[in-house]
Amino acid sequence: MLHAIWLIVRKDLTVEVRSREIAYTTLFFAVSCVLQFAFALVKEGKPPDDGAAGILWIAIAFSGTLALGRTFERERQSETLRALLLAPTARPAVYIGKLLGIVSLMVLTELILIPLVSFLFQASLLAHPFWLLAVVITGTIGFSAVGTLFAAMLVRARSRDVLLPVLLYPITVPVMIAGVRGTAALLQPEVDLGVVRFWVALLISFDVVFITLALWTFEPLMTD
Amino acid sequence: MNVSNTRGPAEAGHYGALDFDDVIVDDVSRRFGRRRALSRISFTVARGEILGLLGPNGAGKSTMLSLLATLMRPTSGRIRFGAFDLEIADERAPQLRGRIGVLGHDLFLYPELTARENLAFFAGLYNIDDANRAALTALERAGLADRADDQVGSFSRGMRQRVALERALIHNPRLALLDEPFTGLDDASAAALVGRLKGLRDSGAIIIVATHDLDLAEGLLDRALFLRDGRVAHTAAQPEALRSTYRTVMGKGGA
Repeated sequence: MLHAIWLIVRKDLTVEVRSREIAYTTLFFAVSCVLQFAFALVKEGKPPDDGAAGILWIAIAFSGTLALGRTFERERQSETLRALLLAPTARPAVYIGKLLGIVSLMVLTELILIPLVSFLFQASLLAHPFWLLAVVITGTIGFSAVGTLFAAMLVRARSRDVLLPVLLYPITVPVMIAGVRGTAALLQPEVDLGVVRFWVALLISFDVVFITLALWTFEPLMTD
Repeated sequence: MNVSNTRGPAEAGHYGALDFDDVIVDDVSRRFGRRRALSRISFTVARGEILGLLGPNGAGKSTMLSLLATLMRPTSGRIRFGAFDLEIADERAPQLRGRIGVLGHDLFLYPELTARENLAFFAGLYNIDDANRAALTALERAGLADRADDQVGSFSRGMRQRVALERALIHNPRLALLDEPFTGLDDASAAALVGRLKGLRDSGAIIIVATHDLDLAEGLLDRALFLRDGRVAHTAAQPEALRSTYRTVMGKGGA
């Protein structure tokens, strides 16, 4: 199973390195999103209080949705998702492989987004890099865990581009709240690491629950 | 009827896989919502046999192949692979999939990857020891060794079809399910494919082909199942003069 997961992740990254389609589109979209918020909200060089955390997570969620859609659109074009499901490995391996590929692409976008948000909104996001990494990575995994399952489910649906955010955003509200609150806690003048730890623990719990549910439901959902 | 676990590359495609001597489709129906795609289909196909699924568009050929590939479940009825019943022994489904090769109407290839990378990727998924070597051997067999490092997206439809065929057969499957395998092939490639499939049959594979190409099917099939509106309209044990049989069974304008 681990071998199959590794092959799928390596294949997804190779395809992305060749086309750079998802990296460019998500990055362009995320940067545009942050710039527009900066133009709208930063008045006379003064950003809104606690705005940076919300804007960072909006950009992550929107660009992540774009990445999810495009990743599975690729698998749909030549029906390669069916070929993956035909492989002699437990079908959840396909889910984990796709999830890790998407998380890698989202982390790549976040590496650009975080310094950009930090600069435009004068937010000290990088003051506690370990805890920021913990919040962002656990949040990204939670968002992608649900998104990967829904994107795979909707791959043959005609209105998949509309349905994906409609299904994804309500279910990932807890991830967004925990991500925003955890990031906002890191931006306070006196950082209370206990609060940050609480939100990270909550995000880890969400990740465990969502991934377990996805592994449990992936095979029956994909078989029919 | 025999079920066993085998490991030798010639028998099991390098995968510790479940093996079987026949496939039994027993009173299988499949619905999509209110639409009945297949209705009470029954047939048996054994090792060393090439069965053709013939019929117009929408007759249920591709649905039947998807059911046999374990990509779908029947709404009612059962499909058994030797003594193995997917409904009963679900945990062995990955082992079963290791013995099935599928060529879909879409080709299951990544256009951004080279022909070698595509085949090596799927060889790896099927646990073939030296996936890269297996990919190159398969490309030599397809007559595409000189294009091994070209992206599949730059290939013609016929070339992609040849790569896709090798992808479907790279793990030496016991059951090969081929949906329109002659699409895009020139005469020489089609003749080579017929020879390849007969060779596979003679080595003990079970081959099920869904096709509209009755001329090529006539020289290939051991038995033909004519499907119409999701039902078996006719079975030809020794398919000769397929075109006239097809017209008689399906009515004028069939093939």
